[in-house]
Order: sequence, then C-alpha cells, then structure tokens
Amino acid sequence: MKLTLKVWRQTSPEARGDFVIYTVDGANEEMSFPELLDLLNERLTAESSDPIAFESDCREGICGACGLMINGQAHGPQRGTTTCQLHLRTFNDGDEIVVEPFRSAGFPIVKDLVVDRSPLDRIIQSGGYITAPTGSAPDANLIPVPKDDADRAMDAAACIGCGACIAACPNGAGQLFTAAKLAHLNLLPQGQPERPKRTLAMVETMEAYFGSCTNHGECTAACPKEISLDFIAMLNHDYRRARRSR
Amino acid sequence: MAVSGIVLLLFVFVHMLGNLKLYLGAGPLDAYSRWLRTAGEPALPRETLLWAVRIVLLAAVVVHVQAAYSLTRVNRRARPEAYRSPRDYVAASFASRTMRWTGIIVALFVVFHLLDLTWGTANPDFRAGDPYHNVVESFQRWPVAIAYIVANLALATHLYHGAGSLFQSIGLLFRRRRAFATAFAAVIAAGNISFPLAVLTGVVS
Ligand code: HEM
Ligand code: FES
Repeated sequence: MKLTLKVWRQTSPEARGDFVIYTVDGANEEMSFPELLDLLNERLTAESSDPIAFESDCREGICGACGLMINGQAHGPQRGTTTCQLHLRTFNDGDEIVVEPFRSAGFPIVKDLVVDRSPLDRIIQSGGYITAPTGSAPDANLIPVPKDDADRAMDAAACIGCGACIAACPNGAGQLFTAAKLAHLNLLPQGQPERPKRTLAMVETMEAYFGSCTNHGECTAACPKEISLDFIAMLNHDYRRARRSR
Repeated sequence: MAVSGIVLLLFVFVHMLGNLKLYLGAGPLDAYSRWLRTAGEPALPRETLLWAVRIVLLAAVVVHVQAAYSLTRVNRRARPEAYRSPRDYVAASFASRTMRWTGIIVALFVVFHLLDLTWGTANPDFRAGDPYHNVVESFQRWPVAIAYIVANLALATHLYHGAGSLFQSIGLLFRRRRAFATAFAAVIAAGNISFPLAVLTGVVS
C-alpha cells in the first residue's frame, strides 16, 4: 500500500506547529495505525530526521495511550476501535490520511502527536476510589449485587481513559469520561457511602479542566469502548442530588 | 438551561394551541384574547394572571440566555486551539451545532412579533383587542409572512435538539427522547407555519 500522511509536527509545547506531508510506501493492510507510524519513523531515523512523537503502549486496545485524531475523527473512522486496533485495511491504497493530536485546553501538546492527559488522573484522584480497608480479598458474593447493576457498572468500567470523548466533543467536554468513572462506583453497594461526595468532587475537578456537555453525542460515537450517553444522564442526576444534600 | 427551556417549551406549545382558534374565526380568537386578560376576575384584578405568566416567561428567557452565554464561554475556553483539519462529525446534528444561531433568530423574532401583534407598533393596521384582524392584516404582507415562516423553522430546529437534550441535562433517562423532540418540533412548526400559509392562500381572511 502507498499512503500519503499529513502529520501534525510541533517541536515543543510552545512551538508553532504545522502539518508535514509524508508518502509511505510498503505499508500493508494488516498493519495497525501505530505500526504505520513506526514504519515511517524507521525511515525518518535512517534519514537522520526527527521521528514523529506519538504514544502507544499495549497496542491491544486496553490501555488508552494511543489516541489520535485521524481524518477528523478521534481514533479514526472505525466505530468502537482504538487507534492501535485500527488496521490499514480500513483505508484504500493511495489515500491521504490527516493525523492531528487530540486538542483540548486540558490536554496540552507535549510534542507532535503526544498530549498530556494527566487532568484525567486529577479527576480520578478527586473521588474515583472507595475508602475501605484493602487488606485481604473479601469472600466472593459477600455483598449481593443485582445482576443488572453489576452489568451496568461493568459497562462503565470499560472506559480506558483515552480521552477520545473530550477530543471528539465540539465543546471539549469531559462528561463521558467522568460519568463512566462515577458510574462504575456509584452503581455498586461499595460505592454508596461516598456517592454524593465523590460526585461533587469529580464533577468540580472536571469543570476546572474541560468544557461542558450540550448532548451532541460525539463522545459516545468516538469512544473505543462505546460507553453509553446514559451515564451522562446518571452523572447529572447524581450531581443534582448531591448538590441538594450538601 | 434545561429548566428554563422546559418553561419555554410549555409556552410555545400552549401558544400554538391557542392560535389554532384562528381557524374557528374572529369571534373565538378575540374572545380567547379577552379571556387572557380577564382570567381570574373578579377574584384577581384584570391582567394579573397575564402579567404573572409574562414575568415567569421573561425570567425564563433571561436565565436561558445567561446559561447559553456562560456555556459558550466555558466551551470556547475548553478548546482554544481549533482542529486544523476538517472535523468529520458522526453524531452531532445540524441542530445541535447551530443552537446558538437558531436561538438568536428566535429571540430577534420574538421582539419583532411583540411589536407586530402585541403592541402593534410594527403593524400599520393594528386594532387593539382584535387579534384576528391583526393576524390577517400582518400575514397578508408577504415579507411578514415569510419572516414568521423562517423564524418558526429556526424554532423547530432549536426544539429538535433542545426538547431531547433537556432530559439528559436534568438527569432523566428517557430512551425515546429523540422521537419526542422530533415530534414536538414537527407539531410546533406545522401549527405555527400553517397560520401565515392559511392567510396567504386565503383560507383565513
Ligand atoms: C405563526 C405563529 C404565531 C402566531 C400566529 C402568533 C400570534 C400571536 C398573537 C395574535 C399574539 C397576541 C395575543 C394577544 O395579544 O392576545 C401573540 C403573542 C405572543 N407571542 Fe406569538 N404567535 C406565533 C408564534 C410565536 C412564537 C414562535 C413565539 C416564541 C417562541 C411567540 C411568542 C409570543 C409572545 C412572547 C407573545 C406575547 C404574550 C404576551 O402578551 O405577553 N409567538 N402571538
Ligand atoms: S496502545 Fe493501548 S489502547 Fe492503543
């Protein structure tokens, strides 16, 4: 396959960036998107030019490190797929592919396609945990959990924290990420004692970094784990209740 | 945003229903207009209820606009650097991305509409207490009729997103919210746009 890549290059957080066009020969359909960038970087290194900085870690769609804006969509055109699981067979020979970093005030660019997503950690630190003794593992089924709640909590817990929801949102809103992190605790018995406190803290931290939701729905469409918008309704519900009980 | 929106939603619905009396003729519409002013009498002084509703509506508009303004500012700050490549939206609709503009069009229209049919300043043939006559005179001027049609299309676009989005914002899980919003917007638009068309085509005169 022969592809033309238009890649955002930016040497440092403050530097002015711009697109640079590369033609990549010798890619094949089985390659994942990071492997395509690897191929290009090997050539750039051999030519003694600066390789493109981009993030990836697990390359199996579970760590959330690899998010890129590909042809105007977070993680590219295939639904429910991380950048590292996006294979070149979704493109055609001769295509031009535009690659940009995720853009948000909360995700400052470090270099090229690498952004700093640590505000997501700040949100979790502010309440995404349960204050309980963590000594030995408790017996299974000690605390009964209705099947429906367990399923929904698991759906929310599928969030890998890649930030695509924020990158895709026209408002740069952090609601889907925060809603998922809230829901997987707020739905379970263990999460109840700290539910209002957690909700207030995480929503307030979210608001310090990100925009606010107007229900465009781009987040769910971009989410590699297809986290449902229902969790945003739940976030708003819990937030209202927590505010009233404060 | 959502709570003030619900108040405005109720108003547009009731207002559209009330206007349907246009099809019953001058008597019923004018009687309805009189009732709006005398409702509650004699227990309450004339126009008390009318002014109560007006104050609630005005408050809802102020809250709605203020919320829209601060939301816009927060969201502008959240992405100071726009994407340089064209975005390929998959879920966001034309309506959801133009709320600001359809909202402004409806607000400007409401000002013109009050000048036209409530105060009569913008209506050369205005007769106080005779809304049937006023509506017919207004809509017989085709630029006015077109302004009403365009404004109501903007309103329908606004409602198409807003009437569904509000359920998410108040934290109420309602799976059929898209269908509800579509139906609501369609009913309001069909009713309101039918009035200028009825006058232009001579069905109402
Ligand atoms: C084609 C559709 C419409 C027609 C024929 C119409 C007709 C009228 C008439 C006749 C009045 C005066 C009633 C009276 O003085 O007794 C009125 C008042 C009013 N209309 Fe409309 N209207 C239409 C659409 C709208 C829309 C879309 C909005 C706003 C979203 C709106 C907002 C208002 C307001 C705020 C008032 C003033 C109520 C008051 O007296 O305080 N109208 N309309
Ligand atoms: S590299 Fe881990 S999810 Fe893509």
